[in-house]
Amino acid sequence: MASQAAPQAVPASPYVPRVARLAEVKTFTSQEKFFRFRLEDGQGIEYRAGQFMEVSVFGRGEAPISICSVPGTHDELEMCIRAVGDVTNALHGLKVGDSVGMRGAFGNGFDMDSIAGKDLLFVAGGLGLAPCRSFILGALNDREKFRRVTILYGARTPADLLFREDLDAWAKRDDVEFLTTVDRPDESWTGHKGVITLLFKKIAKVKAADTAAFIIGPPIMFKFAVLEALAMGLRRNNIYCSLERRMKCGMGKCGHCQIRGVYVCQDGPIFSYAEVLKLREGI
Amino acid sequence: MLPRMLPKASLGEFVEYLMSEGRVAGPVAKGPQFAFETIESPRQIERIRMDYDVTILPPKKYLMPQRETLLRFDGADPAAEQPLVSAEPTVILGVHPYDLHGIATTDAAFSQSPADANYLARRAATRLIGMNIGAYVDEHQFMADMGTVEPPEGGFDLFLTDLGESYYVEVGTPAGSGLADGSGVMTQAGPEDHKAKQDFDARKASQLTKRLPYNVRYLPELLDANYDSLLWDAIARRCFSCGTCTNVCPTCYCFDVQDKLNLDAASGRRQRMWDSCQLKSFAEVAGGENFRAHRAGRFRHRVFRKGKYILQRTGGLGCVGCGRCSRHCVADISILEAFQQIAEETAELEA
Repeated sequence: MASQAAPQAVPASPYVPRVARLAEVKTFTSQEKFFRFRLEDGQGIEYRAGQFMEVSVFGRGEAPISICSVPGTHDELEMCIRAVGDVTNALHGLKVGDSVGMRGAFGNGFDMDSIAGKDLLFVAGGLGLAPCRSFILGALNDREKFRRVTILYGARTPADLLFREDLDAWAKRDDVEFLTTVDRPDESWTGHKGVITLLFKKIAKVKAADTAAFIIGPPIMFKFAVLEALAMGLRRNNIYCSLERRMKCGMGKCGHCQIRGVYVCQDGPIFSYAEVLKLREGI
Repeated sequence: MLPRMLPKASLGEFVEYLMSEGRVAGPVAKGPQFAFETIESPRQIERIRMDYDVTILPPKKYLMPQRETLLRFDGADPAAEQPLVSAEPTVILGVHPYDLHGIATTDAAFSQSPADANYLARRAATRLIGMNIGAYVDEHQFMADMGTVEPPEGGFDLFLTDLGESYYVEVGTPAGSGLADGSGVMTQAGPEDHKAKQDFDARKASQLTKRLPYNVRYLPELLDANYDSLLWDAIARRCFSCGTCTNVCPTCYCFDVQDKLNLDAASGRRQRMWDSCQLKSFAEVAGGENFRAHRAGRFRHRVFRKGKYILQRTGGLGCVGCGRCSRHCVADISILEAFQQIAEETAELEA
């Protein structure tokens, strides 16, 4: 067994966050807010769709949050954050001009060029639209690289819809097939009603062998949406999802995000369905 | 770098010399057991027990302390973060071969990109003086199977073997050579010393026999074959999820990170501390979902970490056969027995 002599050079600490200032905040729903952060040091950040940052509120801790803005190299990044714990509740209390710490970008992310020339099917459920938006914006930014682009989005009620401005913009485009549904409509809702899987029946037939699907949402939605995708003939290698785990260090050390022998923060969070099948722990 | 000889009568003088270079930690008695402790003064040197059987905690606590500050923050100025990457020059004396292998594994794990500056700073400032063993201390150890009977190549600065009146001192690194020469109490080993060391090795080989019914190279595959076995639930029924096994394990290094505020509710520090995949909340996320809520799943995960995942991910051994987890388990769960039982289960599957 090859053992390791102690390395001579000690690197800089990867636990020290960069400072980011809150440039814009919008309330989406009673639980979710939209945040746009600008990195203070002017060094920019390069990230792919599906990657996440560890966001620090000093004194509360760090939380892993998906980036929802268009991939690339930027000075700012956007996030849609649900208030569920100490850090996210603290983030919800921020005002424009306040600062946070940021580490990342972490995770494998997804290289959109690898699916150039394919039909794209985006299926986003609830808060899954946040990371999915990064994929969608990446595709729309390079629209000519892909053939058909279909976006399906489902929320529980009209009040739970996120990114309304984006939803309107996508609905208006003629180079995108965009369908939204809510599980429980209110009186003013004129759109589709019911679970997101019903939308699969309403889209034009896809060329299964040449389609890449991104299904991002709560586990139960993912399960049924994958069944629909498989029924359409999509290959297991071409269906992608984002797995959520308790990412803490983001660097494959602290161990919290492990599924079997895999660290979700490094080998994921974007996995193909074929990989997900090998990652069940199920007891 | 040829072997030296250190007379036992000169051990005290050697340790005093080491203490002039930095902090020295060595094995001392702690009630009926043993532990590594800092030797605070020359008067304490007589407490060192180089003949100890096994310590409660492995020496990982010096490279990765139970609690460690990663950075300080100042509420008034959010950009004023101060990373704390400090390391006190340390010599750990008397490290058994299996613990040297444990350190080789944590070295590999924390060197993986992005490298962990805190661990590596401590490691760079630490010298390891190993101590040979001659026999198993109890039924829980199985170093022969895991390949940890001899120390890892390059994984020690000096390595001592008790030859009666003196220690045979093997030199592993230039730093070790520096310590040996600088101490002024060592002589070159001669032909009788080399012969005595060979006799020691022969006796040791006859004592440290294999305890697994298969070659350890098949362990990862046997584990895979048993992933869905009822064995895990059968064993884990008596597990308390107390986390003792991970505490005492040389190759367990999972940690949690928490912010601690000072009384001004603005400044404070970000700390990491040892954590355990055996604790129920380890895989729980905000919002309440727990991805490893069942004890059997957590127990199985640890056994797979030790027998397969750590090796495949870092190249370092996931289990060094020290027996500590089995010895200290409140519920008498033995990892050696688990490794043995998977062979029986697989035989039954095939039959």
